[in-house]
Amino acid sequence: MAYALIAPAAIYIILIVAWPLLETIRLSFTNSSLAGEDYVGLENYQKMFSSKKFNGIVTRTFVWMFFSVSLKLIIGLIGAVLLNANLKGRSIFRVLVMPPWVVPIAIGMLGWLWLYNGYFGIIAGVGMRTGILDGPFGFLAYKQSAFISTIVADVWVGTPMVTVFFLAAMQGVPRDLYEAAYCDGASRWDRFFKITLPQITPVIITMSLLSAIWTFNSFEIIWILTEGGPRGSTTTLIIDTYKQALGNYKFGRGAARAVVVMILLMLFAGFYLALLARINKKISHG
Amino acid sequence: MIFILLPFVEMFYASLRPLDHLFRSPYQFYSDDLSFWAYREMWNTVPMLPRYIFNSFFLASVTSIITLLFVIPAAYAYARFKFPFKNSSLYILLAINMFSGAVLLIPLYKVLRTFGLLNTYQAMIVPGVAFLIPTSIWLLKSYFEKIPIDLEEAAFVDGASRVQILRHIIAPLSTPGLVVVGIYAFIGSYAQQFLFAITFNQKKEYMPIPSGLYEFIGYTTVKWNEMMAASLVGIAPVLIIFLFLQKYIVAGLTSGAVKN
Repeated sequence: MAYALIAPAAIYIILIVAWPLLETIRLSFTNSSLAGEDYVGLENYQKMFSSKKFNGIVTRTFVWMFFSVSLKLIIGLIGAVLLNANLKGRSIFRVLVMPPWVVPIAIGMLGWLWLYNGYFGIIAGVGMRTGILDGPFGFLAYKQSAFISTIVADVWVGTPMVTVFFLAAMQGVPRDLYEAAYCDGASRWDRFFKITLPQITPVIITMSLLSAIWTFNSFEIIWILTEGGPRGSTTTLIIDTYKQALGNYKFGRGAARAVVVMILLMLFAGFYLALLARINKKISHG
Repeated sequence: MIFILLPFVEMFYASLRPLDHLFRSPYQFYSDDLSFWAYREMWNTVPMLPRYIFNSFFLASVTSIITLLFVIPAAYAYARFKFPFKNSSLYILLAINMFSGAVLLIPLYKVLRTFGLLNTYQAMIVPGVAFLIPTSIWLLKSYFEKIPIDLEEAAFVDGASRVQILRHIIAPLSTPGLVVVGIYAFIGSYAQQFLFAITFNQKKEYMPIPSGLYEFIGYTTVKWNEMMAASLVGIAPVLIIFLFLQKYIVAGLTSGAVKN
């Protein structure tokens, strides 16, 4: 009975997710393109790992991820503390932090394209008016600034969700803990570091992993803002995979990159699930 | 706060200003003739705009309805039955969420091409559903679990069949849950259209609004004010739905991932 109810969804997932995963692995050993395919063994992998460019892309992906995830967590934590404090109008603010999360990324990024515009955008405008910039500056046109700009936009998209989850966790911290601490004369600071932080640590760890996974997968943000440029400075693994496979229709080479992505994702996912299982055990054991 | 809202405010402000005011460098903070002109003109600049909006709605609605059809029985089974591999398969579902579309695009592209499905609505719906199923099952499962099992047992004693129970007891009681999951699927598929659209579709007739917006980028100039106006029009429906239902959606999502 149970299986019959689950079967449709399971079969669908197997067809659309599991089968493509296996097919991707198979394709990575071929030189598949629009013209056809031949088995080429490990050639794609050899070429990929011996290319300096690819190694650069892997390093860049992790640097990009590191900055983006840390910023999301730090801003998210501060945001959640503020939203949890007893301030006027916090319920409105709780709603107002969410739009970047809900709005389709592709549309939000059009707004950022305009903000980053070197001649007419507001950021360059403020820079020029205050004298920080001595002329028009295309934020997406230079290697370093494009790298930073895409991180900022990614943080903009990802922070609301982190904030909301941290907030939910903080609201779940038992009240009496604070009351007891209050009676003992603990300062605000103490209460945060000795009660809130330890209590929400499991959520912080889960969110860092989840957020790392999502950031790693981030495609649209970079694609719309820079398409991985200028001169490859914002090309992450995902962007490179997409470019190889569906920009140049080199399915085989793209598949080899996709397999690398898959393996890394499986590592992340394994970590995440193991962690989740441990946390659940802890909770159910008291 | 400023960081989060500035892009929206600036998008709105830019949409109210005439194009030649926008094209002044350095940036002018002040404009004297603000108007909703761009909101009228955008329909002329991109005549297909209504079609794109329709496509977006159509794709998102069909995708979420199909998702629900798959998810309701599965979520019910997870909520009510004990069976081997129950927990491990639930975790596998979570893991699927972590595989971005980008990894699966290559074989999907090849299959869709073989079946001649590139540049159709189906090409954007079929993969979309697959990525919404896992989270939707988790969400709906938790709603089903809240329905007291006694009710069902009573009906069972009275001789009702499983299907009757699902239809007459579970469905009406879980309407709020179904609405939330439906909305989640709608917003989710509205957001993910872009990737599938740029990969699997090159026909204008089927383009959803996120990719349709690129038509404001002309050969010589970008009509920023109209593009921003159209963007806001594209954002509005999702945002409005979300604002009304944010409480339920956030509660559902956070309880799924935080507390399990």
